[in-house]
Amino acid sequence: MSNMNLLQAINNALDIAMDKDSKVLCFGEDVGHFGGVFRATSHLQEKYGKSRCFNTPLTEQGIIGFANGLASGGHKPIAEIQFADYIFPAFDQIVNEAAKFRYRSGNEFNVGGLTIRSPYGGGIHGGLYHSQSPEAYFTGTPGLKVVIPRNPYQAKGLLLASIRDDNPTIFFEPKRLYRASTGEVPEEDYELPLGKADIMQEGTDITVLGWGAQMEVLEKAVAMAAEDGISCELIDLRTLMPWDVETVSQSVQKTGRLLISHEAPLSGGFAGEIAATIQETCFLYLESPIARVTGLDTPFPLAHDKEYMPDHLKNYEAIKRSVSF
Amino acid sequence: MATSKQSAKQSEAPVVHNPVFIDGSDLTTPTLKILRQDGSIYEGAELPDIDKELALKIYDTFQFIRALDERMIAAQRQGRISFYMTQIGEEAADIGSTAALAHDDMIMAQYREQGALAFRGFPLDQFMHQLFSNEKDLGKGRQMPIHYGSSELNYMTISSPLGTQLPQAVGYAYGYKLEEKDNCVICYFGEGAASEGDFHAAINMAGVFKVPAIFFCRNNGYAISTPSSEQFAGDGIAPRAVAYGLKAIRVDGNDVLAVLKATQEARKLAVEHNQPVLIEAMTYRLGAHSTSDDPSGYRSKKEEEKWREKDPVLRFKHWLIQQGWWSEEQDAEVADAKRKAVMAAMKEAEKVPAPHIDDLITDVYDTPPKHLQDQLDALKAHIRKYPDAYPKTAGRIDHE
Repeated sequence: MSNMNLLQAINNALDIAMDKDSKVLCFGEDVGHFGGVFRATSHLQEKYGKSRCFNTPLTEQGIIGFANGLASGGHKPIAEIQFADYIFPAFDQIVNEAAKFRYRSGNEFNVGGLTIRSPYGGGIHGGLYHSQSPEAYFTGTPGLKVVIPRNPYQAKGLLLASIRDDNPTIFFEPKRLYRASTGEVPEEDYELPLGKADIMQEGTDITVLGWGAQMEVLEKAVAMAAEDGISCELIDLRTLMPWDVETVSQSVQKTGRLLISHEAPLSGGFAGEIAATIQETCFLYLESPIARVTGLDTPFPLAHDKEYMPDHLKNYEAIKRSVSF
Repeated sequence: MATSKQSAKQSEAPVVHNPVFIDGSDLTTPTLKILRQDGSIYEGAELPDIDKELALKIYDTFQFIRALDERMIAAQRQGRISFYMTQIGEEAADIGSTAALAHDDMIMAQYREQGALAFRGFPLDQFMHQLFSNEKDLGKGRQMPIHYGSSELNYMTISSPLGTQLPQAVGYAYGYKLEEKDNCVICYFGEGAASEGDFHAAINMAGVFKVPAIFFCRNNGYAISTPSSEQFAGDGIAPRAVAYGLKAIRVDGNDVLAVLKATQEARKLAVEHNQPVLIEAMTYRLGAHSTSDDPSGYRSKKEEEKWREKDPVLRFKHWLIQQGWWSEEQDAEVADAKRKAVMAAMKEAEKVPAPHIDDLITDVYDTPPKHLQDQLDALKAHIRKYPDAYPKTAGRIDHE
């Protein structure tokens, strides 16, 4: 075990993946010698050479197109998109190409080796274009897996699993926690399962569900609720597609209430999908409407960053409203 | 030539003290022509590496594609298949270039390159299974007609979005370079697709990463109805490649010997020197864009006739006859045999049932996740209830 922040855990996972499998490559804007603008790929070029860890020209559609080609030839590219806000030039290569590669060819070809890493989310005074949480654009695309870790231990295990999973996987990293989140991380190689939610705290009154950086916020809200005598079951979804319907359903059947929280805007956010599924699987168990605590339906603001965010206070209030419905 | 001029410009370009604007006239792109329409060779032209066997294989593919295209466009009009795209008039471009490659060089095509696949040996019945989206289609009946693909023949499955194969070709070629393989990727696209962002991303990355790739532009004059004069203002596609650090060559795309020669030379540059090359083949789409298109709304019969006189298949036939390798009698005989074979294969493929309903959810992921299995189970239960509404699948559904 050693104490690592989230960036170090990711760097460590990439290091292990490259060391164990010569088919693994890391590339993207500033990823090479510089080690990425957040330094997630530090020292990888020195260790594995310029042919396996390198800078690309500044073209997101080119980066993912290139990665698709490499993956279709049996390599395992890990492509970095510097900020999730800049993933959209690559949308076609992700949605129309990576996601459909296996299906459209009848499995003659696939890009299962592809992993896309990208820092997402607010809280770093990034305004409109360094703050977005675009996960729901991708959960609506069959063929992709979408994974978001909450802390260094989770990040390392989930990233190694994503790299080795034989499906194109988008791995969104909560950049607000890159240096803020630290914890004990095993130095050895390990994987955490994809498609499996993690019950962080058991409870009886309400299920509180989130992912990524939102888990830290929810932990605070849940602690506040506990002081009021409300017992919350806290769940980190971890993989958004395919998501663990069973674990969430079982929890809601026990508690009778559900709150889902994410930073992305309310309308079209992934909470809506979860709510629709859970009202089907848990209709007769529900004691209050499923609550969504999310970002507003605005672009991500700069000056009103705090007001926009689904913070612990908004979640605390929503928990109380749900329980006293 | 272009490259040495390019590097000279970088190192020896003069400094000026009053504004000097450069323009397209600073770079002229010649067109390679080897074969005249009457089958004779231009004086001084150097022939490609071609023997009787290769020449006849190319011509056999020409004849096969003509038979397939003519029959399948009729089949679409009869309502037997939903859609079709011919490549009439452009056969020399894709078939001539594929003939210059090693059998295991990856082909990443756009969609109008069935000739390249035929040259690789894709069986007639496989063409038909794809066109009829039946259960023997390698693509499991999932894509519209003409979206062929074969892992065994190194022909990447076609994807409808234009130009997406271009950066993928760079990545695939980078893989060859990493593994130190003596292979290259050929990537086909049209002059219309060269307006897509993916084209510019790809050509730039190919130049930067020095990958063994050949970008083959079929400049056929039209993107559906839009003429190339409304597609770009510069001198075609080839000069763009020079700006991105590639070598470029323009060829008469209806001259199969010129296409073959240019691609053989390009392959050497790509494989031996990791020098990416762009080939611009000047040709003409004699048919409609697809069976959903009618060219009479945007171009004249006169223009079409002018290009029909430059038919690449006839041109090559004249040369073969002059070589003493072919005759009009053989020609008529083989054309007739191909037409009959296509008709027979079509009738067979029509009888093959649609893919099983279970294949609706396979290959979305490596293994179907639970939610997909649940959706399939619900769908099957529904089909069992209303079998008449789903005749393709209801008869074969399991009755567990």
